Amino acid sequence: MENRLRVLRAERSWSQQDLAERLEVSRQSVNAIETGRYDPSLPLAFRIAELFGLTIEDVFESPSRRSSKAI
Amino acid sequence: MSGSMAWKRYNMRVIWLSLLYAIFLLGAIYAFKHQLLSGFVAYVAAILPALPIIGIFGAIGRYLVEEEDEYVRMLMVRQTLWASAIALSAATIWGFLQSFNLAGHIDAYYIAVVWFFGLGVGGCINKLTLGAPVGC
Repeated sequence: MENRLRVLRAERSWSQQDLAERLEVSRQSVNAIETGRYDPSLPLAFRIAELFGLTIEDVFESPSRRSSKAI
Repeated sequence: MSGSMAWKRYNMRVIWLSLLYAIFLLGAIYAFKHQLLSGFVAYVAAILPALPIIGIFGAIGRYLVEEEDEYVRMLMVRQTLWASAIALSAATIWGFLQSFNLAGHIDAYYIAVVWFFGLGVGGCINKLTLGAPVGC
């Protein structure tokens, strides 16, 4: 799933480790989510969005909307 | 896999269980070699080395319950699925080969050995497919 995690993190000058500590997950989890290799659970997606003061849709791109855009 | 408290507890449990396994196994080998045991006690002594191995399976289950990082937990679940698939497939294939007298008898506890080997393979597959820093 596409997301804006890298951009949001860069805007705050946070390293992956900084973000991982704030979310209480491992750095490898942040890396996996950021690179789209792992889609977080809904509770973790909420935690990520709330940390940036955004909604989930502002952080993660809906796969269905993405495919409809392609059509 | 990770530096979480759950992972550290898992490692400690595995170390203690491995130590217990070595003690029980060496004790059983010595006792049976010198014919010190018979009857019910012999059965207990023969089963004792299996218990720490079962304990390691339990420790893996406990780790999956205690690990709070969902991504790291998913990696371990994938590893255990690969381990189970490899061990069960190997046991099934060997069972049929043995049934048709095409292969010799192998002690059943080797399934556990293959399972642990499969756990390592699962770690490598995680590394190759997800880039996860898992020992393999």
